[in-house]
Amino acid sequence: MIPAAFTYQRASSVDEALDLAAQGGEDAKFLAGGHSLLPLMKLRLAVPEILVDIGRLGELSYIRDDGSHIAVGALTSHDEVATSGLLASELPLLAHAAGQVGDPQVRHRGTIGGSLAHADPASDLPAVILALDATLVARGPSGSREIGAGVFFRGLFETELQPGELLTEIRIPKPQAAGWSFQKFTKRAIDWAIVGVAVQGDSVALVNMGQTPVRASAVERALASGAAPREAAAQAAQDTSPPEDLNAGRGYREHLARVLVGRALEESRSRA
Amino acid sequence: MKVSVTVNGSQVAAEVEDRTLLVHFLREQADLTATNVGCDTSSCGACTVLMDGQSVKSCTVLAAQADGREVVTVEGLATSSGEMHPVQRAFRAEHGLQCGFCTPGMVMATVSLLAVNASPTEEQVRSALEGNLCRCTGYHNIVRAVLAAARDGATASERRPG
Amino acid sequence: MSILGTRVVRTEDPLLLTLGGTYVDDLRVPELAGAARVTFVRSPVGHALITGIDVSAARQAPGVIAVLTAADLTDLGPPPPDDGSGGSEAAPLPLGGPWAEPLLAVDRVRYVGEPVAIVITDGRYQGEDTAELVSVDYESLPAVVGADAALAGGTLLFPAAESNVAVTGGAPADPAAFDGCDVVVERTIVNQRLAPVPLEGRATAAQWANGKLTVWVSTQNAQISRFVLAGVLGLDPGAIRVVAPDVGGGFGAKVGIDRDALVVAWAAKHTGRALRWAETRSENLVGMTHGRAQRQVIKIGGTRDGRILAYRLDIVQDAGAYPRMGGFLPFLTRLMAAGPYDIPRAEAASSLVVTNTTPIAAYRGAGRPEATAAIERAVDLFAAEIGKDPAEVRRINLVPPEAFPYSSPCGPVYDTGAYAAALDKVLDAAGYQDLRAEQARRRERGDVVQLGIGLASYVEITAADAAGGETARLVVHDDGTATAYTGSSAHGQGHHTTWAMLVEAELGIEMAKVTVIHGDTDLIPMGVGTYASRSLQLGGVAVHKAAVDVKEQARQLAADMLEASAADLELDTERGVWQVRGDPAASRTWAQVAGHAGDAGLAAEVNYTEGQPTFPFGTHLALVEVDTETGKAVLLRHVTVDDAGTVVSPVLAEGQRHGGIAQGIAQALLEEMVYDADGNPLTSTLVDYAAITAAELPSFELLASETPATNPLGAKGIGEAGTIGAAPAMQNAVIDAVSHLGVRHIDMPTTPARVWAAISEARESQ
Repeated sequence: MIPAAFTYQRASSVDEALDLAAQGGEDAKFLAGGHSLLPLMKLRLAVPEILVDIGRLGELSYIRDDGSHIAVGALTSHDEVATSGLLASELPLLAHAAGQVGDPQVRHRGTIGGSLAHADPASDLPAVILALDATLVARGPSGSREIGAGVFFRGLFETELQPGELLTEIRIPKPQAAGWSFQKFTKRAIDWAIVGVAVQGDSVALVNMGQTPVRASAVERALASGAAPREAAAQAAQDTSPPEDLNAGRGYREHLARVLVGRALEESRSRA
Repeated sequence: MKVSVTVNGSQVAAEVEDRTLLVHFLREQADLTATNVGCDTSSCGACTVLMDGQSVKSCTVLAAQADGREVVTVEGLATSSGEMHPVQRAFRAEHGLQCGFCTPGMVMATVSLLAVNASPTEEQVRSALEGNLCRCTGYHNIVRAVLAAARDGATASERRPG
Repeated sequence: MSILGTRVVRTEDPLLLTLGGTYVDDLRVPELAGAARVTFVRSPVGHALITGIDVSAARQAPGVIAVLTAADLTDLGPPPPDDGSGGSEAAPLPLGGPWAEPLLAVDRVRYVGEPVAIVITDGRYQGEDTAELVSVDYESLPAVVGADAALAGGTLLFPAAESNVAVTGGAPADPAAFDGCDVVVERTIVNQRLAPVPLEGRATAAQWANGKLTVWVSTQNAQISRFVLAGVLGLDPGAIRVVAPDVGGGFGAKVGIDRDALVVAWAAKHTGRALRWAETRSENLVGMTHGRAQRQVIKIGGTRDGRILAYRLDIVQDAGAYPRMGGFLPFLTRLMAAGPYDIPRAEAASSLVVTNTTPIAAYRGAGRPEATAAIERAVDLFAAEIGKDPAEVRRINLVPPEAFPYSSPCGPVYDTGAYAAALDKVLDAAGYQDLRAEQARRRERGDVVQLGIGLASYVEITAADAAGGETARLVVHDDGTATAYTGSSAHGQGHHTTWAMLVEAELGIEMAKVTVIHGDTDLIPMGVGTYASRSLQLGGVAVHKAAVDVKEQARQLAADMLEASAADLELDTERGVWQVRGDPAASRTWAQVAGHAGDAGLAAEVNYTEGQPTFPFGTHLALVEVDTETGKAVLLRHVTVDDAGTVVSPVLAEGQRHGGIAQGIAQALLEEMVYDADGNPLTSTLVDYAAITAAELPSFELLASETPATNPLGAKGIGEAGTIGAAPAMQNAVIDAVSHLGVRHIDMPTTPARVWAAISEARESQ
């Protein structure tokens, strides 16, 4: 219920955040909205000795139309993403998915950057930015770099981010294809997805079908060669390694993936 | 570390451990015990308060993160002469509480909802409260209370709590 | 115009809504100033020998006051005597002897979460840190999980008992019971283990000072808790005060006082420090007793035209690691096994087994939901077998209205009832024929989303322990106000409002002037408490009788004051004034009459033990949609009759029905406490234990029905009825939605995975 003791440090600029993280080394973690990290700390599954609070870095909270792409600051809250008029018209998939994360209280605090850096394959946004072919911008002691969504997620709770590197922005190309769909299958509305599907045009990404979010490449190939939605969806479980847990065994998840991809593609086409 | 939070309009400052949760700061340093702890996985919402006008689960916020911010708890809703806030009135009128333990969190989640959606549908109300567990009421009368409060005009334009 | 039966809002609410209730962890009483914190060290393993406990590191930690284990429990009184019987059929007390449960584990742990040690620290945060420093060596033993493992007896939890079967009861199978049946259906089903999850977990505070122990505990009965404390700690009850402050939900799991609270009380006396304890939710999910957990074999037989001739229920009740309630829960299940049906031959039997899991105790319904769920499944299976509408099969077999009082073959005598009327009312309000028609259309079309209609008709027993009675003391003060002291112990039920209504109705003293007090043994030494849906029909009747007694005393006093004969005195309950009939000028107020009562005051005390168990009944209909591609079920409508006799407070009765219904639906649709084969709980946080939220429920459609009981208020108990009717209706609805695909049964909870598996299996076998 109570985190193990730690030292709290508050950064008033991105540079300061990077300095504090560098000083803290392996013992330090960034704290944004805290809704991925604090729950783990309260159960003492994570015991960082230093927390660098970046939650007040207002300069990292924005949603900007940059012409060919939309730029979303890493500290933009799920609520801000979900209610953004700009995103509603340019990236409705992202806005809609953000509105499904947790509950209203969680959405007021949780941030897109925090969620992506946490890299839980069962959470909604990683699959969404994978389907959107986003680029993630990270800043570290040696400067900024861009990381494609396709390589950002490396494993369970593991990303390309190096220790001391801070996610600053998510750049999302404005989609060519207008159709989109987000299918989040749960027992209760508040649960993590048992399986989820994010579709933008013919890009299909899966939630909770592996240790990272995954593109349903076999589905995409089938669509590219002219298959109808349900036909392509039959390939949804190809090259996936869905977890087995209390909610679902492997076979059921594979089945859900096929059903939900089919529905997502149909819905996406109806919106195109 | 020293943390200073404006709670229900008054400043509360105290020297606390860095890891102090906002809910404990409110219950112990601010001595406001209406906000309750009901779980340890940010699931139940009993600890819901407003921070800078938005509902948050105070068990998943460090007191340090609330430093310098404004927090409103259910104790801050009634007027200084004790007149209940429209949401509180509606919960009473509709029997929207039984044991009362989830109630402060429910009320604050409701205040937050109505501030952004003055006329929610039943479905929107149920969805907005999915992060607030109640074991006694079956939610039926809580939903009625929220809808009644909305009809009663308990929107953002109502006198601000605190 | 009596206030009874009118819509009255609660007197409890203004405080709860503006300042919040005062639950144990909120207490700021002087006795607890500077109180230290208790944190428990609990077993992380399901079954093991304790080979060593090292508290040395913990004792050095900052802010530590004490670290205590079973080795320190040397100053307790002798344990309650063991009568050697292993418990009786109906005894709701823990079994002693070889099944005895220690306060802190001695040399063995039997469930994950079992208390092993406590650390006492200045602050709560240090408590969690320090608990981690206590080092316990465990030597794992094979774990016993599930009925089969328990019955096989390969590993015994209590070697001295020589078995894992603690109690058996009921009738052996009558080989001729099913003779003459055209059709017999038999099935093994599960009524799964649940966690009560009151929003406030367990919490206790205690102080020992000047030879007196004061214990504040989140309990459903302070008076019984006091006697338990006296027995366990070897103290005279007069040296103990127990206070139940506001309690954040109980649902049966806070009946009495459990071992963790007893440890806290003992530790306060042992250390001389005032102590506080409030468990976390993770502790609560493994430390508070669970509910249900029955494996059931149902067997039903009858004629092809729908008449049920025989029914048998065989139960294996999982007791968890310690048989705390003896065989009481399955005893109640056996008692109510035949449900609201007139079945010529109905019998039930049960075994209570121990397993390496959290102990089982009462949870909303306590044995009766299990009975109803079993027979309602059986009736639907029977109906499916003979190809008849399940509503029709129910109607054919329900006990007819002229048969009351009705002696059920399983033992109880049902007092009053109108079962078929309840069924018809629900079918009518739901538009049953239209629903079946829509279902048929969707089946014709082969829609992905199918409709399911589920029914449950039930009867249940409330105030099963009516003979234990309930107490009330009513005092009218010389300022015209009144105080009612009740032995009942509300934890959300609104007794303060209802008892004040009863006083106003009888005496004309307005509710705002009536204070109701409960839960403090210094003020109310004798009382029974709130559980088993007993309080209105026992505690409320006691308050009513005390009011009647006060009224008659007042009549005499007023007559005296007015120099009239008592027979000429009448009470104007509208104005709360005594007057001489025909002479309005000759009147006295309650304040004046009470002032005339002398030293004894105007008061009456009642111990009402003449009550009898009562039998509320009803029908539930659940309408669901099931997505046959994913297996997900969504509840669209839930229509009910819950007839608990005369309704004193419609607002509160509806609230009890709503809450009960939600918990019943939760069992059918979502919730289950799951253990792995090693006794590890897999659902030990609210992320994994799927407590139901507002988003999964519709608003409910409650129909009114009042078939009075025979007690002075005409009231039966409403607190658990909703839960008893809702789960089977919901379960039957989900199965009904996919029955055309060949599915006959799905165990609760009917999760999407289970529904899909059932559909897949049915398809494969066709």
